[in-house]
Amino acid sequence: MLTSAESQALILSLEVSLAGVLGALPIALLFGILLARWRSATRAVAEGFLSLPLVLPPVVVGYLLLITFGSREPLGGWLLAHLGLRLAFTWKGAALACGLITFPFQLRAIRLSLEGIDGRLLEAAETLGARAFDRFLNVTLPLALPGIISGAITAFSAALGEFGAIITFVSNIPGETQTLPLAIYSAIQQPGGEVEAAKLSGLSILLALAGIMFAQSADRRARALLHT
Amino acid sequence: MSIEARLRHNFGAFTLDVSFCVERPGITALFGPSGAGKTTTINALAGLFRPREGRIVLDDRVVLDTQRSIFVPPRKRRVGYVFQDARLFPHMSVLDNLRFGLRRTAGANAAEFSEIVAMLDLESLFSRKPAKLSGGERGRVAIGRALLADPSLLLLDEPLAALDAARREEILPYLESLRDRARIPMFYVTHSVEDMARLADDVIILNAGRVTRQGRVFDLLSDLEFSQMTGMAPYGAVIRVHVAEQRTSDGLTMLAFEGGYLAVPRLERNVGATLRIRVRAEDILLAREVPSAISANNILPATVAAIRRPDDMHADVQLACGGIRLVARITQYSLSRLQIVPGLPVFAIIKSVTIDPRVGTTTTQQD
Repeated sequence: MLTSAESQALILSLEVSLAGVLGALPIALLFGILLARWRSATRAVAEGFLSLPLVLPPVVVGYLLLITFGSREPLGGWLLAHLGLRLAFTWKGAALACGLITFPFQLRAIRLSLEGIDGRLLEAAETLGARAFDRFLNVTLPLALPGIISGAITAFSAALGEFGAIITFVSNIPGETQTLPLAIYSAIQQPGGEVEAAKLSGLSILLALAGIMFAQSADRRARALLHT
Repeated sequence: MSIEARLRHNFGAFTLDVSFCVERPGITALFGPSGAGKTTTINALAGLFRPREGRIVLDDRVVLDTQRSIFVPPRKRRVGYVFQDARLFPHMSVLDNLRFGLRRTAGANAAEFSEIVAMLDLESLFSRKPAKLSGGERGRVAIGRALLADPSLLLLDEPLAALDAARREEILPYLESLRDRARIPMFYVTHSVEDMARLADDVIILNAGRVTRQGRVFDLLSDLEFSQMTGMAPYGAVIRVHVAEQRTSDGLTMLAFEGGYLAVPRLERNVGATLRIRVRAEDILLAREVPSAISANNILPATVAAIRRPDDMHADVQLACGGIRLVARITQYSLSRLQIVPGLPVFAIIKSVTIDPRVGTTTTQQD
């Protein structure tokens, strides 16, 4: 059914998206908490800034990543020298690009779910002896979980389709950075690659549909958890 | 076991300025119309509201003293709070809700846990989630959860207000047994005279942010000033009685109160059981002499204590009768015809069938 190159692109896409989204999750959670508590006018500015990856052209995001994490750039060079972490032209860089581009999806979902928590429940927890961190861990977080999960799944589905930032930052290397969209692009570039492009596009459509259904069922399950 | 509170706070046009002291276990009703400052007051006791000025002492522990900058946070106050909307944690089972406070405080021990669970009939609900509970069940779990944290003071904010009559009846008996077994003081916020008459031992009346009265519920309900204050007809006297004798052959139950007996149609209660009964003001006849050949079974000697004329037709007469006070509502015509004046000895005549053993009950009579 799938050639080994095709399944390689599929698995790489899943790996890169998953790594990117999971890596961005704790950071989105941290900023989500800060934004949900932030009650001043500057909050909108901060949230706008944090949402930039979503509205900037992906090529620009890829370019910015390249001039930050390129091996000859100060930060990229430092990471390589001290942690042995090479981002440019590796799948890790592709994951970073995916995580960054879809970060605003996660951030928004987390902020909205945290703001949706009934503060009166936290008061109740407080009269029952719970400290602030305890209240967050045992009341706020479990109640916000459905929103956080569906935000992560949305981000994952969007990450699967990332093209511009990946090709700019980490290029199009089969087996290393060539995810599904990049493989489709390469197929179209080749004479006689139309069949391959159509096959991979069909696969992408199936993947997107599966992602949506998974997100919906996860959301349903998480909500059902509250009511049974 | 005492609570001493003095609170002052400005909310623009509204000023809360209350001070009170409660010395014994049992239920103190915080009674007053909406916006009188009842919930704000108990929020201050719980530490959920921080007044600009004030001092609160719970059992010799100063939990608030604005002059000395003392503010003990809610989680350290050991004040249980039963919220009007229950506020159970929706993601936890009933059992986990009940254990929430227990695990975070010194909490109830195993024996107390079983006792509270049994008193509120909670065991069959343990595995359910709050969304699957009825309003009355939610209220019971909320009471249990607060009690299991072993509070030294329990606050109840209109736990019945959101419930319909049937659900109220489902939870009221639990509140009564809570009161009767209480080892701690409780504040019960309500704007319902019915709830107050049924549950309270003491009453603090709040109006526009101030304490206008504090006293025993029995004294208050038979106080003519109280009906003037609430603008309602007198609620009638609520009397605490115990079942003295079942006169089976007559179909009567004899109820003993401080200073006499009342005969009522048979109540299915054991001898010795205590209950509250209500004698409505409209149901008392006044006589200057003991009438003969009359169907009413209860003829109580009394002395006129006070008279109030709420309008130009009615007269409310407060009677001292043994250790209790009754209120009778008669016409001003009868008042002048019998020449009733304060200090006059009279007889209060009460038909057995008018005595209501269902104080605070709003459902129709069923049994």
